[in-house]
Order: sequence, then structure tokens, then C-alpha cells
Amino acid sequence: MNRRQSAEVLDEQGIDRALTRIAHEIVERNKGAENLVLIGIRSRGVHLARRIASRLKEIEGVEVPVGALDITLYRDDIGEEGFHPALRKTDIPFPVADKAVILMDDVLYTGRTIRAALDGIIDLGRPRMIQLAVLIDRGHRELPIRPDYVGKNLPTSRSEDVQVMLEEEDGKNGVVISKE
Amino acid sequence: MASVLKAKDILGLEEMEAEDIQFILDTAESMKEVSERQIKKVPTLRGKTMINIFYEPSTRTRTSFEIAGKRLSADVVNISTSASSVVKGETLKDTGRNLMAMKPDILVIRHSAVGAPKILADTLPIPVINAGDGAHEHPTQALLDLFSIREKKGSLKGLKAAIVGDITHSRVARSNIHGMRKMGMEVRIAGPATLLPRHVEQLGVQVYTDVDAAIEGVDIIMMLRIQLERQGQGLFPSLREYSRLFGLNRKRVKRAKADVLIMHPGPMNRGVEISSEVADGPYSIILDQVTNGVAIRMAVLFLLLGGI
Repeated sequence: MNRRQSAEVLDEQGIDRALTRIAHEIVERNKGAENLVLIGIRSRGVHLARRIASRLKEIEGVEVPVGALDITLYRDDIGEEGFHPALRKTDIPFPVADKAVILMDDVLYTGRTIRAALDGIIDLGRPRMIQLAVLIDRGHRELPIRPDYVGKNLPTSRSEDVQVMLEEEDGKNGVVISKE
Repeated sequence: MASVLKAKDILGLEEMEAEDIQFILDTAESMKEVSERQIKKVPTLRGKTMINIFYEPSTRTRTSFEIAGKRLSADVVNISTSASSVVKGETLKDTGRNLMAMKPDILVIRHSAVGAPKILADTLPIPVINAGDGAHEHPTQALLDLFSIREKKGSLKGLKAAIVGDITHSRVARSNIHGMRKMGMEVRIAGPATLLPRHVEQLGVQVYTDVDAAIEGVDIIMMLRIQLERQGQGLFPSLREYSRLFGLNRKRVKRAKADVLIMHPGPMNRGVEISSEVADGPYSIILDQVTNGVAIRMAVLFLLLGGI
């Protein structure tokens, strides 16, 4: 049953260019890539974080460590309708204390995922600062959270669904918006 | 793939589906990571009240459940019935109802009567976890055993396990038999004929009274505790004879595979069912079992309270 009309709003090249620009912005704002760590929110945020890390290596020659954060245990809707308790492991094999953490996710929407991620990171140590990078900002914030780096601003309505597809997970690259 | 556990409670592995077992094991991996952090706490079950009610003594299991609940930020209350209203003759159902009136979110119960957890599970609206009921089931023990095996071996299907000891009186054996069979393992049980239940082969296990033959070529040897109290009941002549015929020692272990895992639910009778050499040796994962027990219990608490 095809109840959705979908449109591609960002293609593979668009994603690549956005990530390259974000990598340059990170270097600009942090005056280099020293003392940075990248933490991706599982699971697509992790692939994006790795792509940023490889660009940082090209631009600055610095190996920025990448960690993976699963925020399921920090969510604010545990036990409620629609909560699926599937856990994927958190794997952050480096200390976060005194580092500038670049938190990466694919889509920024209500901000609740980021709130959970902040709690998750701070439980692991006290970072010097946390900056937020997202590929897509689709608006409709429910918490006072804002991104530092954005790939693309995409105004959407609540009935729409934004899906980021990445080769590492979905076999192809693209951002699709669909309406029910 | 399961996204929530199908049942409200965890009473045993006999009725649990393989898919759910797999899901619990996968969840426990993430939980294990929490126990490796500096701050071993996540806010997941904040505000939830967990009551441990143990009608039989236990240090290991009760502590494991308590730590599991606390690591998930739950409020944990322990009731050991020697110091409680049960001594004054309160019935199980009444105890259950009175506790419910204080609005707990989950109950963990160990009881000497088979089916006691089920009675509470059927009468109370909250999830109930069986921490051991008589000789019937001890599901979280079997789950942590499966998790420990999977951790070392990568997968469970096709592995050969031998469970050795007093099978008749062992809930650990029963739960493991159900769990291992569901996950595609081959199970052998061994013990003196007086301690093997009748018709046990109906559970799909191979039955041995010769422990040397039982452990030939196996991947896992699980030793059960021989209860010293049973000595006087005519079930076996003496601890020394039991140890000689059924105890696991370095010489005997060689019959198993070179990378065999040695397991024991604890507490051990050193020198009786297992020698210190083997218990403390390189093949033993006995202490890993205890560590994994916390992770598994965190996983079941989370899945029962997190699913709708």
C-alpha cells in the first residue's frame, strides 16, 4: 500500500558537499582539529561522524577519534506507547573529559534525542564543551536546543517524515521527505 | 525481530520463545557496557520501584538483582522473609496484595514452592520475575549462562554442553536445558542414577551416568552444586565417592574439547563437585557468569518495564 508521496531533497553529492562544508566549519570555529572528539548518535549519526573524521584527516592531517552513543537508556519516553527498547551498544573508547565534543546526528527535530545524548555524554565525564552537528534541521523544536553546524535546513510539517539514507546502512545516499 | 518481550513476566525458559531469548542476550550486551563505566548508572528506570522478595536465602542472586536495579536508577527494596510478616503466617497472595498497595513497578520473587511466582504474576498487574521457584526454573541464571557461553564462543547453535550433578533437584539445570535446546545446542546431562529425574530424555537431552563419557568432546561443562544435606538421604554414599565418580578435576577435563568452558552457578563446594584447580583454572568462566548476571538482570528489568 503506497500511502506516501516522497521527494528527494538532498542527493549523494549534496550530502558530500554539506559534510565537507561542516568539516571546514568545525576546523574554523575550533581553530584546528586538536583536542576534538566526534561522537555520533546511533546509528546513522555514527556513519556521518566517521565521514567527518575522514574529512578532518584530509584537511588538517589530524586523526579525530570517533565514538558511538546509544541514547535509548536516556530517553524520556521509556515505557510509553511507541517506545521500542532495542539497544545498540555505546562504544566510546576514549575519555571525554576536557575535550571539545562534536555530537553528530542525522536529523534534528524535537531536540529530545539531543537532550538524551547530552545526559549520556556528561555521565561519561566532563567535556570542555559540546557542539552539535546535524545533517538536516527540520524544525519543530520542543526543547531549547540549537545546532552549531547544519548541513541543510529543511522546513517540514509534522505530518511529513524525513529519512536520511546512508550507504553504510541503507545501501545508497540521499535525503527523502515523504508525506503520509 | 522482537521489539518488545511478548510476555508481562519472566517465569521460566520453558515457555519463552527463542526470539525473546536472543533479544534479551543482545540487550544485555549494551547493559554490560554500563557496568564498565566510571559512573555505573543510567537514568532509565528512575522513579521505578523494584521489590525483591526472597522466601529462600540468597546472597548472590539477590545482590545481583539489587545492583542491576540500582544501576538503572530504580529504587530497590529487599524483603527477606525471615524478618517479615510471613513468619506471622501471612499468605503469599496477601503479601502480594499488601505490597501492591504500596505501588511497586516490578517484583522479583524466589520461593521454595514451584509456581509461587506464577501465582503472583497472575494476580498482580505488574511484571514478576522468577528468581527461582523450588526445583522448577531459574530463568535469569540460564539466561546469564547462555550469555556467558555466547560471549566466549560467538554463537550458540550446534555447541555441545554437559550439565553434571544433582539434576533432579536443580532449577538451574531445568532452565538451562530449556534455554540451550531452544538456542540449538546439544545437551547432555550426567549424574548418579539416583539424582537423574525419570523420563528426563523427553526434554531432548542425552542422559549419562558415566561422567567421563558425558563430557567427551563437549564445548561446555556446567557443574552443579551437590547439596551436602542430601548426603544423609541415601542418594549417594559419601562426598568422597561422589567426588571421585562425578567431580570435575584436571585429569577428567582433558576429555572435553581443548577450548572447553567450565561453568558453575555457585556457590561451589571446592573439592567435591569441582576441584580448585579447575574452578580457578584458565577454562573457568565462573566469575564471568557472575558479572554477566548483573547485565542480564539489567536487561530483563529494562525490557519488562520499558515495553508496553
